[in-house]
Parts: sequence; structure tokens; C-alpha cells
Amino acid sequence: MKTKISPEQQKYVHNIRKKQILIRLYQLLLFVGFIILWEYTAKHGIINSFIFSCPSKLFATFLSMLKDGSLIHHIFITLYETLAGFAIVIIGSLLIATLFWWNETLSKVLEPYLVILNSLPKSALAPVLIVWLGSNKTTIIVCACSVAIFGSILNIYTGFVNVENDKLKLIKTLKGTRFQCLKLVVLPSNVPNIISVMKVNIGLCLVGVVIGEFLAAREGLGYLIIYGSQTFKMGNVLLSILILCVIAMFLYMILQKIEKKLSGYF
Amino acid sequence: METPVLEFSDVNYIYHTISCETDALKDISFKLDRNEFISFVGPSGCGKTTLLNLIAGLIPVSSGTIKLTGKELSGSSLNIGYMLQKDHLLEWRSIYKNLTLGLEIQGKKDAEHLAIIDDLLKTYGLDEFRNAFPRQLSGGMRQRAALIRTLALSPDILLLDEPFSALDYQTRLNVSDDIGSIIKEKEISTILVTHDLSEAISMADRVIVLSKRPGTIKEEIPIRLSIEKRTPKTSRNAPEFNTYYNQIWEAIHDENQDIT
Ligand SMILES: Nc1ncnc2c1ncn2[C@@H]1O[C@H](COP(=O)(O)OP(=O)(O)OP(=O)(O)O)[C@@H](O)[C@H]1O
Ligand SMILES: [Mg+2]
Repeated sequence: MKTKISPEQQKYVHNIRKKQILIRLYQLLLFVGFIILWEYTAKHGIINSFIFSCPSKLFATFLSMLKDGSLIHHIFITLYETLAGFAIVIIGSLLIATLFWWNETLSKVLEPYLVILNSLPKSALAPVLIVWLGSNKTTIIVCACSVAIFGSILNIYTGFVNVENDKLKLIKTLKGTRFQCLKLVVLPSNVPNIISVMKVNIGLCLVGVVIGEFLAAREGLGYLIIYGSQTFKMGNVLLSILILCVIAMFLYMILQKIEKKLSGYF
Repeated sequence: METPVLEFSDVNYIYHTISCETDALKDISFKLDRNEFISFVGPSGCGKTTLLNLIAGLIPVSSGTIKLTGKELSGSSLNIGYMLQKDHLLEWRSIYKNLTLGLEIQGKKDAEHLAIIDDLLKTYGLDEFRNAFPRQLSGGMRQRAALIRTLALSPDILLLDEPFSALDYQTRLNVSDDIGSIIKEKEISTILVTHDLSEAISMADRVIVLSKRPGTIKEEIPIRLSIEKRTPKTSRNAPEFNTYYNQIWEAIHDENQDIT
């Protein structure tokens, strides 16, 4: 569909583009400026480079850890634990929400307990989990799950219950069973909600993993941070935090891509 | 005499909630003959949707009986098509997949039934939209699609719950003409529920006026129009049309005065 573009329209589009480019430019400038300022103040002793480290040191640490393979290993461990926890949370909460939808009595009975568990500060559970399950990867994955799963169940269940009643009536007028209501209306109409729940939970799982690694791990980025801070290797600490940022952003962006792909249908 | 397709005898329906019980329908008795078209009109909340839900078997009667061709509702093999007020096309399915929804649910996705859909798609000029999604269709087209979804199951009885109320006037006339002609051609016995008196008269062989809640049958008015080729559109020009309109309007108006 090509229509003739009027000069006004061209000018309008041009202006919008220009604004977008400027915004990107400012963002980049801010970042570069921050790095330069950090490096400069550390070099000239305005801030204590032992405590605050500096970009050039960070970069050197990054390269050396990359070379001996330890960085990749720690990243891989943290990523693995996060994704495993995430998968369990999503699959688990879909199953449990479905069960709740199916059996209203069950959901009524359990809902207050879920609400309580969800409002609990989840980091309080981590030490308990370590005592119960020991210091290993399983514990950390369970820790990630415990942070995310209760809220996830509640949100997905709410989405299921709020499906337009008349849509279910439609399936019933076509002589559909309850299972068909679930398969043909409840699940598909909740895809957008499920994805937005996923977007929240991927971040929460990462938080859970880092908490777990703080307390119980011998590997992973959380371990690097806690170990680095105890041995005053601030380069390691800040580098790990930076990488966590990148991982969080990266995981979130994947889900956002999926959401955009699907958004046309809902 | 032929057994009526649908027969209500002294049907009552009561909604129960924690705080109260609501009499929705009271002592409803009527017959729907084969190929007959009945319109129900009545004030808001008088139990029109409840009536259709009962026929569709979505809710059981509180007392009384409903028979389909002389048999109990649950034991009947008649197909009932129910068109709701909104089209309720599923946004995530293509038009074609929306139309086959009923067949899919009932495991009837065979050549014979799919042919019905193909036919109807062509009749209604929706053929080129079969792979489109509901959001790409206008209100009138969506309502026609909902109609095809209902007709694909070859219903013996068609229930229409204000199916045109979301459409603008012009589209409304066109869609009701379309539905009118299909119903004639396929010989489907139909019950229409509406607020719109003109619509009720223009489509029906008989209009039944319900009272305010609890809905009881207030008046039954057979519609006889002296007009050559009767369709919902041409009916509106019949000389008797206004007389019927006034008669029904008074029946309802009279009712409304009781409230005050
Ligand atoms: N699920 C329900 N629980 C309790 N009361 C209900 C329920 N559904 C309907 N009612 C009540 O029963 C009465 C009849 O409802 P119904 O929906 O059949 O009316 P209606 O004639 O279709 O109204 P409208 O013209 O507004 O569509 C209404 O007064 C309504 O408040
Ligand atoms: Mg209604």
C-alpha cells in the first residue's frame, strides 16, 4: 500500500525521526560521560579506587576472567538456575491456576494461604531452605521458585476467572465441555496476561537465584559478588552486578519480543 | 395436528443468590410450531435471556416442563442454535476457524458440514475474509460471521438474543434481512428476543409480549401482513405495520405505568 506522501507528512515524520535520534544520542552521552567521570575521578584520587574500582580495572578483570573461562562458567550457572526456576514457576503456576479454575472450592480454601505466602518477604525463606535442602543448585532453584511462584499463581488464576462469561456461554451453547472451555477460551484468551506475568517473574527468579547464591553457593554471579565483597575485590563485585543487569535486560527483551509478535492477535 | 417443535407448560424460573431470590419467569406456556417465527418483546430485565437459556439447556427450569417435539429437553436430539447479543468471535482465531468452532467442539468437521460453511461464506461475501481475523471485520460482517457459525450446525431451532442491537440502523436492516431469508430457506423455527418493536414485528409470525419482572405472558399477537414478498425490510412498509406497532407499544406502555 503506497500512497503519495505530502510534504507536511514528510516533514512530520522527519521531525519525529530526528527526535528519536537525539534521544538515543543523549542516552549514549550520559553513559559515556558517566564512564569518563568515573575513570577520571578514580585516577586523580577524588574517589577511592580501592572501594569504587574504575572502568579500566573492570575491563581488565573482565578480560582476564573471560580468558580463564571462569566468567562464562559463573554466568552459565546463574543463567541455568534462573531459567530452570522460571520454567518451574510458569509450568507450576499454570497447572495450579488451572486446578483452581476447575475446582472453585479448592481455590477458595487455599487462596488466603497463597496471599499470605505471597506477601511474605521471600528472602526470609532462603536460610530455611538451605537448612532443609542443603547448599546446592537445587536449593537455589527452589529459592528462585519461592520468590516468584505464589504471586504468579494468583495473577494467572485471576486472569482465568476474569474471562468474559459470555464467551464461556458461547462454548456451552455449542455443547462444549468444561475442558473445551479451558482449551478453546480460557487459555488462549489469557496468553497476553500469562506473558506479562512471565515478564515480571523472569526478573523475580533472577532475584531469587542471587539471594540463594549469596547464602549457599560456591559458583554463580551471586557468589562472585559476595565473595568479592568479602575479599575486597570490588572489580569482581561491580563486574558481576553489571553482568546481572545485562542478563536481566536480555531476558526481559526476549519476552518483550514474544509479546510483540503475539500482540497482533489479541 | 403436528406436535409443536417447542412447547412450554407452566414454566417458572427463580434465580437464587445469598441475599435474595428473584422470580425471573412465571407461568410461561406457549408453543412454537414448525417453521414458525416468534418474537418476544418486554421491558429490560423481564427474563427474555433467561427464557432462551432455558431452551438452550444452559439452566434447568425451577418448575414446569419444556418439550422439544414432544420429548423432554434433555432427551431430545434436536439441534439448537443460539446467537448471543454480541458476536463473541474469538480474536485469536481466523474467521474460518471461528466458523468451524461448533463443528470442532462437536467433532463434526466433515465434508458435509464444511460445505455448508463454504456456501454461507460465499452467500454473505465473506469468502475473501476467511483467513482474516475478527478485528479486521466491520460490525455487520462480524454479526454475519457469528450467524454462519451458528448455522453451520444446521440447527432445527434458532434462538436470537437481540442479535442486532450492536449494529447501526442501516446494517441492522440488512443483516436482519439476510437472517430472515436464510431462516425461510432452511425452514428453521425461530425465537427472537428484542427491545425493538419494529424489528419484532417485521420478522415474526407472532409477537409475544412479556410483562415486567417476573416475566409472564401478557399478550400474544399474530402478525398478518398483506404484502407480496415478505422480508423484514418490506414488512415495514405493510399497511398493517403501524397498527401492530401501536398495539404492542400500548401493551408494554400499559405495563410500565403499573410500575409507578
Ligand atoms: N445469574 C443471575 N443471578 C441472579 N439474578 C439474575 C441472574 N441473571 C439474571 N437475573 C435477574 O433475572 C431477571 C431476568 O434477567 P434476564 O437477563 O433474563 O432479563 P432480560 O429480559 O434478558 O433483560 P435485558 O433486556 O436487559 O437483556 C433480571 O431482573 C436479573 O436481574
Ligand atoms: Mg437479555
